[in-house]
Amino acid sequence: MTSATYSAIEAVWRIESAKIVAGLARMTRDVGLAEELAQEALLAALEKWPGSGVPDNPGAWLMATAKNRALDHFRHNKLIEAKHEEIGRETEEGFTPDFDAGLEDDIGDDLLRLIFTACHPVLSTEARAALTLRLLGGLTTDEIARAFLVPEPTIAQRIVRAKRTLAEAHVPFEVPRGEDLAARLSSVLEVIYLVFNEGYSATAGEDWMRPALCEDALRLGRILAELAPVEPEVHGLVALMEIQASRLHARTGPSGEPILLMDQDRARWDHLLVRRGFAELERAEALNREAGGALGPYALQAAIAACHARARTPAETDWKRIVALYDALAQLLPSPVVELNRAVAVAMAYGPEEGLVLVDAIAAEPALRGYHLLPSVRGDFLVKLGRFEEARGEFERAAALTRNTREIRLLLDRAAALHPGLRVVK
Amino acid sequence: MRFMMLMIPKGYESAKPGTMPDPKAVAAMMKYNESLQKAGVLLALDGLHPPSMGARVSFAGGKPKVTDGPFAEAKEVLGGYWMIQVKSREEAIEWAKRCPGSENEMIEIRQVQEAADFSEEILPPKVREKWDKLTKKGK
Repeated sequence: MTSATYSAIEAVWRIESAKIVAGLARMTRDVGLAEELAQEALLAALEKWPGSGVPDNPGAWLMATAKNRALDHFRHNKLIEAKHEEIGRETEEGFTPDFDAGLEDDIGDDLLRLIFTACHPVLSTEARAALTLRLLGGLTTDEIARAFLVPEPTIAQRIVRAKRTLAEAHVPFEVPRGEDLAARLSSVLEVIYLVFNEGYSATAGEDWMRPALCEDALRLGRILAELAPVEPEVHGLVALMEIQASRLHARTGPSGEPILLMDQDRARWDHLLVRRGFAELERAEALNREAGGALGPYALQAAIAACHARARTPAETDWKRIVALYDALAQLLPSPVVELNRAVAVAMAYGPEEGLVLVDAIAAEPALRGYHLLPSVRGDFLVKLGRFEEARGEFERAAALTRNTREIRLLLDRAAALHPGLRVVK
Repeated sequence: MRFMMLMIPKGYESAKPGTMPDPKAVAAMMKYNESLQKAGVLLALDGLHPPSMGARVSFAGGKPKVTDGPFAEAKEVLGGYWMIQVKSREEAIEWAKRCPGSENEMIEIRQVQEAADFSEEILPPKVREKWDKLTKKGK
């Protein structure tokens, strides 16, 4: 097979797979089965297209093929069922697949159902992330494995187990309604942001970022914003990711070393993404106004990111507004990590002493034990207060707590940069 | 990676000022644009007024020379563009194939250059940073 045809099939798959799986899942009410049938259609394409060429409407071809496989599957099962009945056994469920329902019309609804199913809380966050990238992002198991730096069989296992869990828990293929919706939606948003963050500040490995993963998450977020246009938090999350992604180029130096927000060359921020982020944030704010509600956690974080994006220099940052936004965020999501970020903003707005007081107040939080940003932030404040020796110790402590090699180097460099003459000989 | 899909409509080179596309074609194109948006790949798009409303600045002999449109010698002109973010050149081509283009239209696909595309020789690290600065600013 020529690699050109293979690449073309891969591209078609990337575009069509989510729709095909979603459509099949609606027919079969079984996401796992739907995915297997879609995979069979892909295999058929891999066999056929190199000879025949890519058909004019490759999506329809794949769908029709998958649908035929589904019919075969159910016919086969019917036969088994009939045999079972012959020997007097009862069939488990009298479900008939819905093959006649219109396809193109509600594909949006099907995709939404698929997202909610893949991100169902019955699954672990890791399983949700893998399944979402596989089913909605059209990524191969291998691509997901490389993205998360785990062996391929681990991801394959994770996906198989996730599909089994969904089947065993009889998770319905539907969009949750009423009270359920908010909790389920936040489970979806959490997964997308987790994928984005794994790309934005890789938790382990040689690279400090894996931008492809950020792009996958952004694509999922943008799709979701189209599918659920009235949900302010969806737009809030997309705004947050667009603005954060705008800094991707500025976050590394020439040899791949990380550059922190305050030290970034702001002219290198991607203004196309910044503008898109602002537009999404405005949408979130407008929806909130209409509903008479306050900004949700993602919109608040996006508003904070927007404050940075608006400032041409770090000195021009509206830190007081950022503190106010963190106050609101801390009310909604009381967490030591939010408190830590709030402390940073407070230090910028009102001085490092104020920041240090806040950081010391949360230093004993169990949730922050082992969190490298705590000593790193504390080190920052201490540097500003001229307490270099203590700062050095904090940076070294932070370096010992992170697994990302780039970050370790950055922290050790900061430690080493502090005047060596100040080192106390022990 | 980012790609520009450049729309080149034959005949647009001689279109009168203020020429607008056929409403039916616009409706079909809007649907296509929506599909790009729904798939999460569309970053930006614009349509361009005909060249008869524009001008060309050329630099023969090292001096700028202005020619008002339309341009008699132009065989192909741009009618508009889409900026998309996709995984591969093939994906960009797949998206272009889905465009409801008419008989006279053609789409050219071009990858957006990023500093990482240049060798160290052409773009040393220092200059590379400046390049990033220039290309990201005001886009």
